[in-house]
Amino acid sequence: MSEHILEVRHLSKVFGKNEVLKDIDFNVSQGDVTSIIGASGSGKSTLLRCINLLETPSSGEILFHGQDVTKGGLSQSAYRAKVGMVFQSFNLFNNMTVLDNCIIGQQRVLKISKEEAKDTALYYLGKVGMTPYINALPRQISGGQKQRVAIARALAMKPEILLFDEPTSALDPEMVGEVLEVMRNLAEEGMTMLVVTHEMVFARDVSSHVVYMADGVIVEEGDPKEIMVDPKNPRTREFLSRFLC
Amino acid sequence: MFSQLLADVVSLWAKYGKIYLNGIKNTLILAITATAIGCLIGFICGILQTIPVSKTDNIFKRVFLGLIRVIIRIYVEVFRGTPMILQAVFIYYGVPYFFGHVFKSIWAVSLIVVSINTGAYMAESVRGGILSIDPGQTEGAKAIGMNHFQTMLYVILPQALRNIMPQIGNNYIINVKDTSVMFIIGFSDFFSIHKMVSGAIYKYFPSAFIEMVGYLTLTLVASFLLRWVERKLAGSESYELAAGDQLVTVAGTYNSPAKGSPFDEKSKEFGKPVYEPEEEAEL
Repeated sequence: MSEHILEVRHLSKVFGKNEVLKDIDFNVSQGDVTSIIGASGSGKSTLLRCINLLETPSSGEILFHGQDVTKGGLSQSAYRAKVGMVFQSFNLFNNMTVLDNCIIGQQRVLKISKEEAKDTALYYLGKVGMTPYINALPRQISGGQKQRVAIARALAMKPEILLFDEPTSALDPEMVGEVLEVMRNLAEEGMTMLVVTHEMVFARDVSSHVVYMADGVIVEEGDPKEIMVDPKNPRTREFLSRFLC
Repeated sequence: MFSQLLADVVSLWAKYGKIYLNGIKNTLILAITATAIGCLIGFICGILQTIPVSKTDNIFKRVFLGLIRVIIRIYVEVFRGTPMILQAVFIYYGVPYFFGHVFKSIWAVSLIVVSINTGAYMAESVRGGILSIDPGQTEGAKAIGMNHFQTMLYVILPQALRNIMPQIGNNYIINVKDTSVMFIIGFSDFFSIHKMVSGAIYKYFPSAFIEMVGYLTLTLVASFLLRWVERKLAGSESYELAAGDQLVTVAGTYNSPAKGSPFDEKSKEFGKPVYEPEEEAEL
Protein backbone atom coordinates (compact mmCIF):
# COMPACT_ATOMS: atom_id res chain seq x y z
CA MET A 1 0.00 0.00 0.00
CA SER A 2 2.42 2.56 1.18
CA GLU A 3 4.75 2.28 -1.79
CA HIS A 4 2.18 4.19 -3.81
CA ILE A 5 2.56 7.95 -3.63
CA LEU A 6 -0.94 8.45 -4.86
CA GLU A 7 -3.95 6.17 -4.80
CA VAL A 8 -7.21 7.14 -6.44
CA ARG A 9 -10.16 5.08 -5.25
CA HIS A 10 -13.71 5.00 -6.59
CA LEU A 11 -13.35 8.60 -7.68
CA SER A 12 -16.36 10.14 -9.37
CA LYS A 13 -17.22 13.68 -10.37
CA VAL A 14 -20.63 14.97 -11.30
CA PHE A 15 -21.29 18.35 -12.89
CA GLY A 16 -25.04 18.91 -12.56
CA LYS A 17 -26.47 15.86 -14.30
CA ASN A 18 -23.28 15.00 -16.15
CA GLU A 19 -21.28 12.22 -14.64
CA VAL A 20 -17.84 13.14 -15.92
CA LEU A 21 -15.82 10.60 -13.93
CA LYS A 22 -17.23 7.22 -12.98
CA ASP A 23 -15.59 5.15 -10.29
CA ILE A 24 -11.98 5.78 -11.26
CA ASP A 25 -9.32 3.62 -9.62
CA PHE A 26 -5.60 3.84 -10.16
CA ASN A 27 -2.27 4.16 -8.38
CA VAL A 28 0.91 6.13 -8.93
CA SER A 29 4.20 4.84 -7.54
CA GLN A 30 7.49 6.62 -7.06
CA GLY A 31 9.15 7.22 -10.43
CA ASP A 32 6.12 6.32 -12.52
CA VAL A 33 5.50 8.31 -15.64
CA THR A 34 1.83 7.78 -16.34
CA SER A 35 0.27 9.09 -19.52
CA ILE A 36 -3.47 9.53 -19.57
CA ILE A 37 -4.78 9.46 -23.10
CA GLY A 38 -8.23 9.62 -24.58
CA ALA A 39 -10.55 11.73 -26.69
CA SER A 40 -11.57 15.25 -25.67
CA GLY A 41 -14.35 15.14 -23.12
CA SER A 42 -13.38 11.74 -21.80
CA GLY A 43 -12.65 13.21 -18.35
CA LYS A 44 -8.83 13.17 -18.45
CA SER A 45 -8.39 16.80 -17.45
CA THR A 46 -11.15 16.62 -14.85
CA LEU A 47 -9.38 13.64 -13.31
CA LEU A 48 -6.16 15.58 -13.08
CA ARG A 49 -7.92 18.62 -11.65
CA CYS A 50 -9.65 16.44 -9.08
CA ILE A 51 -6.29 14.98 -8.06
CA ASN A 52 -5.01 18.51 -7.43
CA LEU A 53 -8.33 19.42 -5.74
CA LEU A 54 -8.96 22.22 -8.22
CA GLU A 55 -12.24 20.36 -8.66
CA THR A 56 -13.84 18.83 -5.62
CA PRO A 57 -14.50 15.13 -6.25
CA SER A 58 -18.17 14.18 -5.84
CA SER A 59 -17.23 10.92 -4.16
CA GLY A 60 -14.29 8.62 -3.68
CA GLU A 61 -10.90 8.98 -2.10
CA ILE A 62 -7.55 10.38 -3.11
CA LEU A 63 -4.82 8.98 -0.88
CA PHE A 64 -1.48 10.76 -0.77
CA HIS A 65 0.97 8.55 1.10
CA GLY A 66 -2.08 6.87 2.59
CA GLN A 67 -3.77 10.06 3.79
CA ASP A 68 -7.12 10.97 2.27
CA VAL A 69 -6.75 14.52 1.00
CA THR A 70 -10.40 14.94 0.03
CA LYS A 71 -11.39 14.86 3.68
CA GLY A 72 -8.70 17.15 4.97
CA GLY A 73 -6.31 14.39 6.06
CA LEU A 74 -3.67 16.86 4.91
CA SER A 75 -4.26 20.57 4.52
CA GLN A 76 -5.17 21.54 0.99
CA SER A 77 -2.31 24.02 0.65
CA ALA A 78 0.30 21.63 2.04
CA TYR A 79 -0.90 18.89 -0.29
CA ARG A 80 -0.89 21.13 -3.36
CA ALA A 81 2.62 22.31 -2.55
CA LYS A 82 3.74 18.68 -2.84
CA VAL A 83 1.82 18.03 -6.03
CA GLY A 84 2.98 20.30 -8.83
CA MET A 85 0.72 21.18 -11.71
CA VAL A 86 1.51 22.40 -15.21
CA PHE A 87 -1.47 23.80 -17.10
CA GLN A 88 -2.38 23.84 -20.76
CA SER A 89 -2.65 27.64 -20.60
CA PHE A 90 0.57 28.06 -18.54
CA ASN A 91 -1.08 30.27 -15.89
CA LEU A 92 2.12 32.13 -15.12
CA PHE A 93 1.55 35.12 -12.84
CA ASN A 94 1.32 38.03 -15.26
CA ASN A 95 2.38 40.61 -12.70
CA MET A 96 5.74 38.97 -11.99
CA THR A 97 8.93 38.36 -13.88
CA VAL A 98 9.94 34.85 -14.85
CA LEU A 99 12.25 34.69 -11.85
CA ASP A 100 9.65 35.95 -9.37
CA ASN A 101 7.17 33.41 -10.71
CA CYS A 102 9.53 30.70 -9.54
CA ILE A 103 10.33 32.40 -6.21
CA ILE A 104 6.92 33.41 -4.87
CA GLY A 105 5.62 29.94 -4.02
CA GLN A 106 8.82 28.88 -2.25
CA GLN A 107 8.91 32.13 -0.33
CA ARG A 108 5.26 32.35 0.69
CA VAL A 109 4.13 28.73 0.87
CA LEU A 110 7.31 26.90 1.85
CA LYS A 111 8.58 29.91 3.87
CA ILE A 112 12.05 29.66 2.35
CA SER A 113 14.26 32.76 2.52
CA LYS A 114 14.29 34.90 -0.59
CA GLU A 115 17.99 34.29 -1.30
CA GLU A 116 17.67 30.54 -1.07
CA ALA A 117 14.47 30.59 -3.11
CA LYS A 118 16.24 32.62 -5.77
CA ASP A 119 19.08 30.10 -6.01
CA THR A 120 16.61 27.26 -6.38
CA ALA A 121 14.59 29.20 -8.94
CA LEU A 122 17.70 30.01 -10.98
CA TYR A 123 18.77 26.40 -10.88
CA TYR A 124 15.49 25.09 -12.26
CA LEU A 125 15.17 27.92 -14.77
CA GLY A 126 18.63 26.87 -15.93
CA LYS A 127 17.47 23.30 -16.27
CA VAL A 128 14.66 24.34 -18.59
CA GLY A 129 16.99 26.66 -20.51
CA MET A 130 15.31 29.91 -19.48
CA THR A 131 18.19 31.58 -17.66
CA PRO A 132 18.54 34.48 -20.13
CA TYR A 133 14.87 35.41 -19.71
CA ILE A 134 14.62 35.65 -15.93
CA ASN A 135 13.83 39.38 -16.08
CA ALA A 136 11.11 39.05 -18.70
CA LEU A 137 7.39 39.24 -17.98
CA PRO A 138 5.21 36.34 -19.13
CA ARG A 139 3.66 38.42 -21.93
CA GLN A 140 7.10 39.05 -23.38
CA ILE A 141 8.04 35.43 -24.04
CA SER A 142 6.72 32.72 -26.37
CA GLY A 143 4.29 29.94 -25.48
CA GLY A 144 6.96 27.27 -25.35
CA GLN A 145 9.09 29.46 -23.14
CA LYS A 146 6.13 30.14 -20.86
CA GLN A 147 5.47 26.44 -20.49
CA ARG A 148 9.13 25.79 -19.64
CA VAL A 149 8.94 28.51 -16.98
CA ALA A 150 5.73 26.94 -15.67
CA ILE A 151 7.57 23.63 -15.35
CA ALA A 152 10.44 25.36 -13.54
CA ARG A 153 7.94 27.06 -11.24
CA ALA A 154 6.40 23.71 -10.36
CA LEU A 155 9.83 22.08 -9.91
CA ALA A 156 11.05 24.87 -7.64
CA MET A 157 8.48 23.72 -5.09
CA LYS A 158 10.31 20.34 -5.07
CA PRO A 159 7.07 18.40 -5.59
CA GLU A 160 6.85 14.65 -5.12
CA ILE A 161 4.68 14.29 -8.16
CA LEU A 162 4.11 16.55 -11.12
CA LEU A 163 0.80 16.74 -12.97
CA PHE A 164 0.71 17.92 -16.57
CA ASP A 165 -2.63 18.96 -18.06
CA GLU A 166 -2.14 18.84 -21.82
CA PRO A 167 1.08 20.86 -21.56
CA THR A 168 1.64 21.13 -25.31
CA SER A 169 -1.91 21.53 -26.60
CA ALA A 170 -1.84 25.33 -26.64
CA LEU A 171 1.54 25.53 -28.36
CA ASP A 172 2.56 26.12 -31.94
CA PRO A 173 3.92 22.91 -33.48
CA GLU A 174 7.51 24.17 -33.51
CA MET A 175 7.39 24.82 -29.76
CA VAL A 176 6.00 21.44 -28.77
CA GLY A 177 9.42 19.84 -29.10
CA GLU A 178 11.20 22.05 -26.57
CA VAL A 179 8.59 21.34 -23.90
CA LEU A 180 8.50 17.61 -24.56
CA GLU A 181 12.29 17.56 -24.38
CA VAL A 182 12.19 19.07 -20.90
CA MET A 183 9.55 16.54 -19.84
CA ARG A 184 11.54 13.68 -21.31
CA ASN A 185 14.60 14.74 -19.33
CA LEU A 186 12.53 14.99 -16.17
CA ALA A 187 11.22 11.48 -16.70
CA GLU A 188 14.73 10.18 -17.20
CA GLU A 189 15.81 11.75 -13.93
CA GLY A 190 13.14 9.78 -12.11
CA MET A 191 10.49 12.44 -11.52
CA THR A 192 7.07 10.98 -10.82
CA MET A 193 4.76 12.37 -13.46
CA LEU A 194 1.12 12.14 -14.41
CA VAL A 195 0.60 13.48 -17.90
CA VAL A 196 -2.67 14.12 -19.70
CA THR A 197 -1.58 14.32 -23.30
CA HIS A 198 -2.45 14.00 -26.95
CA GLU A 199 1.22 13.39 -27.80
CA MET A 200 1.03 9.67 -28.53
CA VAL A 201 4.71 9.36 -29.31
CA PHE A 202 5.53 10.80 -25.90
CA ALA A 203 3.07 8.43 -24.25
CA ARG A 204 4.58 5.45 -26.05
CA ASP A 205 8.27 6.24 -25.69
CA VAL A 206 8.60 8.11 -22.42
CA SER A 207 5.90 6.89 -20.09
CA SER A 208 6.12 3.76 -18.00
CA HIS A 209 2.38 3.38 -17.81
CA VAL A 210 -0.50 4.36 -20.05
CA VAL A 211 -4.11 4.89 -19.06
CA TYR A 212 -6.74 5.11 -21.79
CA MET A 213 -9.93 6.87 -20.76
CA ALA A 214 -13.26 7.19 -22.52
CA ASP A 215 -16.60 8.55 -21.25
CA GLY A 216 -15.34 8.99 -17.71
CA VAL A 217 -14.01 5.48 -17.18
CA ILE A 218 -10.60 3.86 -17.51
CA VAL A 219 -11.02 1.53 -20.46
CA GLU A 220 -7.55 0.05 -20.47
CA GLU A 221 -4.26 0.60 -18.74
CA GLY A 222 -0.85 -0.95 -18.60
CA ASP A 223 2.53 -1.03 -20.26
CA PRO A 224 2.77 1.54 -23.06
CA LYS A 225 4.28 -0.97 -25.43
CA GLU A 226 1.40 -3.36 -24.93
CA ILE A 227 -1.35 -0.79 -25.00
CA MET A 228 -0.05 1.35 -27.80
CA VAL A 229 1.11 -1.48 -30.03
CA ASP A 230 -1.39 -4.19 -29.26
CA PRO A 231 -4.42 -2.87 -27.40
CA LYS A 232 -6.83 -5.50 -26.10
CA ASN A 233 -9.91 -3.31 -26.00
CA PRO A 234 -11.54 -2.49 -29.36
CA ARG A 235 -12.22 1.11 -28.22
CA THR A 236 -8.55 1.66 -27.40
CA ARG A 237 -7.62 0.17 -30.75
CA GLU A 238 -9.97 2.45 -32.61
CA PHE A 239 -8.76 5.53 -30.72
CA LEU A 240 -5.10 4.73 -31.29
CA SER A 241 -5.56 3.87 -34.94
CA ARG A 242 -6.23 7.53 -35.57
CA PHE A 243 -2.87 8.56 -34.14
CA LEU A 244 -0.31 5.89 -34.80
CA CYS A 245 0.52 4.17 -38.02
CA MET B 1 -16.18 93.64 -17.30
CA PHE B 2 -13.25 91.26 -17.26
CA SER B 3 -10.98 93.89 -15.77
CA GLN B 4 -13.51 94.43 -13.00
CA LEU B 5 -13.68 90.68 -12.29
CA LEU B 6 -9.91 90.44 -12.35
CA ALA B 7 -9.57 93.35 -9.95
CA ASP B 8 -12.13 91.79 -7.58
CA VAL B 9 -10.45 88.39 -7.70
CA VAL B 10 -7.05 89.92 -7.05
CA SER B 11 -8.26 91.98 -4.14
CA LEU B 12 -10.17 89.01 -2.72
CA TRP B 13 -7.11 86.77 -3.01
CA ALA B 14 -4.89 89.42 -1.46
CA LYS B 15 -7.17 89.60 1.55
CA TYR B 16 -8.32 85.97 1.94
CA GLY B 17 -5.71 84.01 -0.08
CA LYS B 18 -4.37 82.31 3.02
CA ILE B 19 -7.82 81.20 4.11
CA TYR B 20 -8.61 79.84 0.64
CA LEU B 21 -5.31 77.95 0.64
CA ASN B 22 -6.08 76.56 4.05
CA GLY B 23 -9.45 75.35 2.71
CA ILE B 24 -7.66 73.71 -0.23
CA LYS B 25 -5.28 72.05 2.21
CA ASN B 26 -8.17 70.65 4.28
CA THR B 27 -10.01 69.46 1.18
CA LEU B 28 -6.90 67.72 -0.13
CA ILE B 29 -6.05 66.04 3.16
CA LEU B 30 -9.62 64.82 3.61
CA ALA B 31 -9.97 63.65 0.01
CA ILE B 32 -6.62 61.85 -0.10
CA THR B 33 -6.94 60.19 3.30
CA ALA B 34 -10.57 59.19 2.80
CA THR B 35 -9.85 57.79 -0.67
CA ALA B 36 -6.94 55.76 0.73
CA ILE B 37 -8.99 54.41 3.64
CA GLY B 38 -11.95 53.84 1.30
CA CYS B 39 -9.71 51.81 -1.04
CA LEU B 40 -8.51 49.75 1.88
CA ILE B 41 -12.11 49.06 2.91
CA GLY B 42 -12.90 48.21 -0.70
CA PHE B 43 -9.98 45.78 -0.96
CA ILE B 44 -10.89 44.07 2.30
CA CYS B 45 -14.53 43.73 1.20
CA GLY B 46 -13.37 42.47 -2.19
CA ILE B 47 -11.13 39.81 -0.66
CA LEU B 48 -13.79 38.70 1.84
CA GLN B 49 -16.51 38.54 -0.78
CA THR B 50 -14.48 36.33 -3.08
CA ILE B 51 -13.53 33.65 -0.55
CA PRO B 52 -14.63 30.51 -2.35
CA VAL B 53 -17.38 28.49 -0.70
CA SER B 54 -17.93 24.90 -1.68
CA LYS B 55 -20.62 22.49 -0.68
CA THR B 56 -18.10 20.30 1.09
CA ASP B 57 -17.02 23.03 3.54
CA ASN B 58 -18.29 22.61 7.07
CA ILE B 59 -21.46 24.36 8.13
CA PHE B 60 -19.75 26.96 10.34
CA LYS B 61 -17.52 28.19 7.56
CA ARG B 62 -20.44 28.37 5.15
CA VAL B 63 -22.67 30.26 7.57
CA PHE B 64 -19.83 32.59 8.53
CA LEU B 65 -18.93 33.39 4.93
CA GLY B 66 -22.59 33.80 4.05
CA LEU B 67 -22.99 36.25 6.91
CA ILE B 68 -19.96 38.26 5.77
CA ARG B 69 -21.40 38.52 2.28
CA VAL B 70 -24.77 39.68 3.59
CA ILE B 71 -23.15 42.32 5.82
CA ILE B 72 -21.02 43.66 2.98
CA ARG B 73 -24.07 43.69 0.69
CA ILE B 74 -26.07 45.73 3.21
CA TYR B 75 -23.14 48.09 3.80
CA VAL B 76 -22.72 48.72 0.09
CA GLU B 77 -26.42 49.22 -0.59
CA VAL B 78 -26.99 51.58 2.36
CA PHE B 79 -24.00 53.84 1.82
CA ARG B 80 -24.21 53.83 -1.94
CA GLY B 81 -27.94 54.44 -1.82
CA THR B 82 -28.12 57.49 0.44
CA PRO B 83 -26.68 61.01 0.00
CA MET B 84 -23.34 61.59 1.70
CA ILE B 85 -24.56 64.93 3.09
CA LEU B 86 -27.33 63.05 4.89
CA GLN B 87 -24.94 60.37 6.13
CA ALA B 88 -22.78 63.13 7.64
CA VAL B 89 -25.73 64.61 9.50
CA PHE B 90 -26.96 61.17 10.49
CA ILE B 91 -23.66 60.12 12.02
CA TYR B 92 -22.65 63.49 13.48
CA TYR B 93 -25.95 64.03 15.27
CA GLY B 94 -27.10 60.43 15.53
CA VAL B 95 -24.14 58.71 17.18
CA PRO B 96 -24.17 60.98 20.30
CA TYR B 97 -27.77 59.80 20.93
CA PHE B 98 -26.49 56.29 21.52
CA PHE B 99 -22.88 56.58 22.55
CA GLY B 100 -22.56 60.08 23.97
CA HIS B 101 -20.00 62.53 22.66
CA VAL B 102 -17.47 60.10 21.25
CA PHE B 103 -16.44 62.42 18.42
CA LYS B 104 -13.69 64.69 19.51
CA SER B 105 -13.48 66.60 16.24
CA ILE B 106 -15.34 67.35 13.07
CA TRP B 107 -12.28 66.03 11.25
CA ALA B 108 -12.85 62.55 12.61
CA VAL B 109 -16.52 62.49 11.58
CA SER B 110 -15.76 63.84 8.12
CA LEU B 111 -13.03 61.28 7.62
CA ILE B 112 -15.26 58.44 8.74
CA VAL B 113 -18.20 59.48 6.56
CA VAL B 114 -16.20 60.06 3.38
CA SER B 115 -14.11 56.91 3.93
CA ILE B 116 -17.01 54.52 4.39
CA ASN B 117 -18.82 56.17 1.52
CA THR B 118 -15.81 55.67 -0.76
CA GLY B 119 -15.43 52.14 0.61
CA ALA B 120 -18.96 51.25 -0.47
CA TYR B 121 -18.19 52.22 -4.07
CA MET B 122 -14.73 50.70 -4.02
CA ALA B 123 -16.04 47.37 -2.69
CA GLU B 124 -17.92 46.92 -5.94
CA SER B 125 -15.05 48.21 -8.08
CA VAL B 126 -12.61 45.82 -6.41
CA ARG B 127 -15.01 42.91 -6.81
CA GLY B 128 -15.28 43.75 -10.49
CA GLY B 129 -11.50 44.07 -10.72
CA ILE B 130 -11.00 40.66 -9.16
CA LEU B 131 -13.58 39.08 -11.48
CA SER B 132 -11.79 40.62 -14.47
CA ILE B 133 -8.64 38.59 -13.81
CA ASP B 134 -8.32 35.29 -15.70
CA PRO B 135 -9.32 32.39 -13.38
CA GLY B 136 -6.16 30.66 -14.58
CA GLN B 137 -4.15 33.05 -12.42
CA THR B 138 -6.01 31.84 -9.33
CA GLU B 139 -5.57 28.22 -10.37
CA GLY B 140 -1.86 28.74 -10.92
CA ALA B 141 -1.52 30.19 -7.43
CA LYS B 142 -3.67 27.50 -5.82
CA ALA B 143 -1.70 24.80 -7.61
CA ILE B 144 1.51 25.82 -5.87
CA GLY B 145 -0.26 25.79 -2.52
CA MET B 146 -1.16 29.43 -1.95
CA ASN B 147 -4.23 30.07 0.19
CA HIS B 148 -6.94 32.57 -0.71
CA PHE B 149 -5.29 35.53 1.00
CA GLN B 150 -1.86 34.84 -0.47
CA THR B 151 -3.40 34.39 -3.90
CA MET B 152 -5.21 37.71 -3.58
CA LEU B 153 -2.30 39.64 -2.11
CA TYR B 154 0.50 38.51 -4.39
CA VAL B 155 -1.23 37.55 -7.63
CA ILE B 156 -4.77 38.81 -8.14
CA LEU B 157 -4.90 42.23 -6.46
CA PRO B 158 -1.69 43.58 -8.06
CA GLN B 159 -3.26 42.79 -11.42
CA ALA B 160 -6.74 43.93 -10.42
CA LEU B 161 -5.27 47.18 -9.11
CA ARG B 162 -4.21 48.08 -12.61
CA ASN B 163 -7.73 47.46 -13.91
CA ILE B 164 -9.43 49.46 -11.17
CA MET B 165 -6.95 52.35 -11.18
CA PRO B 166 -9.35 54.47 -13.30
CA GLN B 167 -12.06 53.76 -10.70
CA ILE B 168 -9.79 54.83 -7.85
CA GLY B 169 -9.06 58.01 -9.80
CA ASN B 170 -12.77 58.57 -10.30
CA ASN B 171 -13.41 58.17 -6.60
CA TYR B 172 -10.60 60.51 -5.67
CA ILE B 173 -11.84 63.23 -8.01
CA ILE B 174 -15.40 62.77 -6.77
CA ASN B 175 -14.08 63.05 -3.22
CA VAL B 176 -12.20 66.27 -3.96
CA LYS B 177 -15.49 67.81 -5.04
CA ASP B 178 -17.95 66.03 -2.78
CA THR B 179 -16.12 66.67 0.47
CA SER B 180 -17.69 70.11 0.03
CA VAL B 181 -20.92 68.73 1.50
CA MET B 182 -19.11 68.33 4.81
CA PHE B 183 -19.75 72.03 5.42
CA ILE B 184 -23.11 70.78 6.75
CA ILE B 185 -21.41 69.63 9.94
CA GLY B 186 -19.02 72.57 9.98
CA PHE B 187 -15.98 71.15 8.24
CA SER B 188 -13.91 74.03 6.83
CA ASP B 189 -13.06 72.71 3.39
CA PHE B 190 -12.37 74.78 0.29
CA PHE B 191 -16.03 75.35 -0.54
CA SER B 192 -16.95 76.42 3.00
CA ILE B 193 -14.42 79.25 2.62
CA HIS B 194 -16.53 80.55 -0.26
CA LYS B 195 -19.59 80.67 1.96
CA MET B 196 -17.64 82.39 4.65
CA VAL B 197 -15.94 84.98 2.43
CA SER B 198 -18.98 85.78 0.31
CA GLY B 199 -21.05 86.02 3.47
CA ALA B 200 -18.64 88.61 4.80
CA ILE B 201 -18.15 90.87 1.80
CA TYR B 202 -20.83 89.85 -0.74
CA LYS B 203 -18.36 89.20 -3.60
CA TYR B 204 -20.23 86.07 -4.69
CA PHE B 205 -19.06 85.76 -8.26
CA PRO B 206 -15.34 86.56 -7.79
CA SER B 207 -15.20 84.11 -4.90
CA ALA B 208 -17.00 81.44 -6.94
CA PHE B 209 -14.54 82.13 -9.74
CA ILE B 210 -11.61 81.43 -7.40
CA GLU B 211 -13.35 78.26 -6.23
CA MET B 212 -13.95 77.08 -9.81
CA VAL B 213 -10.35 77.62 -10.84
CA GLY B 214 -9.17 76.04 -7.58
CA TYR B 215 -11.26 72.86 -7.87
CA LEU B 216 -10.45 72.47 -11.55
CA THR B 217 -6.74 72.78 -10.80
CA LEU B 218 -6.98 70.14 -8.07
CA THR B 219 -8.79 67.67 -10.30
CA LEU B 220 -6.64 68.31 -13.39
CA VAL B 221 -3.47 67.70 -11.43
CA ALA B 222 -5.05 64.54 -10.04
CA SER B 223 -5.97 63.31 -13.54
CA PHE B 224 -2.46 63.95 -14.74
CA LEU B 225 -0.89 62.08 -11.82
CA LEU B 226 -3.28 59.16 -12.22
CA ARG B 227 -2.39 58.74 -15.88
CA TRP B 228 1.24 58.72 -14.88
CA VAL B 229 0.63 56.06 -12.22
CA GLU B 230 -1.33 53.94 -14.71
CA ARG B 231 1.58 54.06 -17.14
CA LYS B 232 3.94 53.07 -14.33
CA LEU B 233 1.71 50.13 -13.37
CA ALA B 234 1.65 48.92 -16.96
CA GLY B 235 5.33 48.04 -16.60
CA SER B 236 8.10 48.35 -19.12
CA GLU B 237 7.68 47.05 -22.62
CA SER B 238 11.12 45.51 -22.84
CA TYR B 239 13.34 43.41 -20.65
CA GLU B 240 17.04 42.79 -20.42
CA LEU B 241 18.47 39.41 -21.17
CA ALA B 242 20.33 38.14 -18.17
CA ALA B 243 24.04 37.85 -18.83
CA GLY B 244 25.02 34.27 -19.42
CA ASP B 245 26.66 31.88 -21.79
CA GLN B 246 24.42 32.12 -24.82
CA LEU B 247 25.90 28.99 -26.39
CA VAL B 248 25.00 26.93 -23.36
CA THR B 249 21.46 28.20 -23.55
CA VAL B 250 21.14 27.37 -27.20
CA ALA B 251 22.50 23.89 -26.60
CA GLY B 252 20.19 23.41 -23.61
CA THR B 253 21.45 23.36 -20.06
CA TYR B 254 19.15 20.67 -18.94
CA ASN B 255 21.66 17.96 -18.22
CA SER B 256 24.36 19.59 -16.20
CA PRO B 257 26.47 16.77 -14.75
CA ALA B 258 28.77 19.18 -12.97
CA LYS B 259 25.97 20.80 -11.05
CA GLY B 260 23.81 17.80 -10.35
CA SER B 261 20.22 18.01 -9.26
CA PRO B 262 17.95 16.80 -6.48
CA PHE B 263 16.66 14.27 -8.95
CA ASP B 264 20.10 12.78 -9.30
CA GLU B 265 19.77 11.51 -5.78
CA LYS B 266 16.36 10.15 -6.51
CA SER B 267 17.66 8.58 -9.69
CA LYS B 268 20.39 6.76 -7.80
CA GLU B 269 17.99 5.68 -5.16
CA PHE B 270 15.36 4.35 -7.45
CA GLY B 271 17.27 3.79 -10.64
CA LYS B 272 15.29 4.15 -13.81
CA PRO B 273 11.56 4.41 -13.22
CA VAL B 274 10.81 1.01 -11.85
CA TYR B 275 7.91 -0.54 -13.57
CA GLU B 276 6.31 -3.81 -12.68
CA PRO B 277 3.31 -4.73 -14.77
CA GLU B 278 2.16 -7.49 -12.37
CA GLU B 279 1.73 -5.04 -9.57
CA GLU B 280 -0.18 -2.58 -11.68
CA ALA B 281 -2.40 -5.35 -12.99
CA GLU B 282 -3.98 -5.72 -9.58
CA LEU B 283 -5.99 -2.57 -10.14
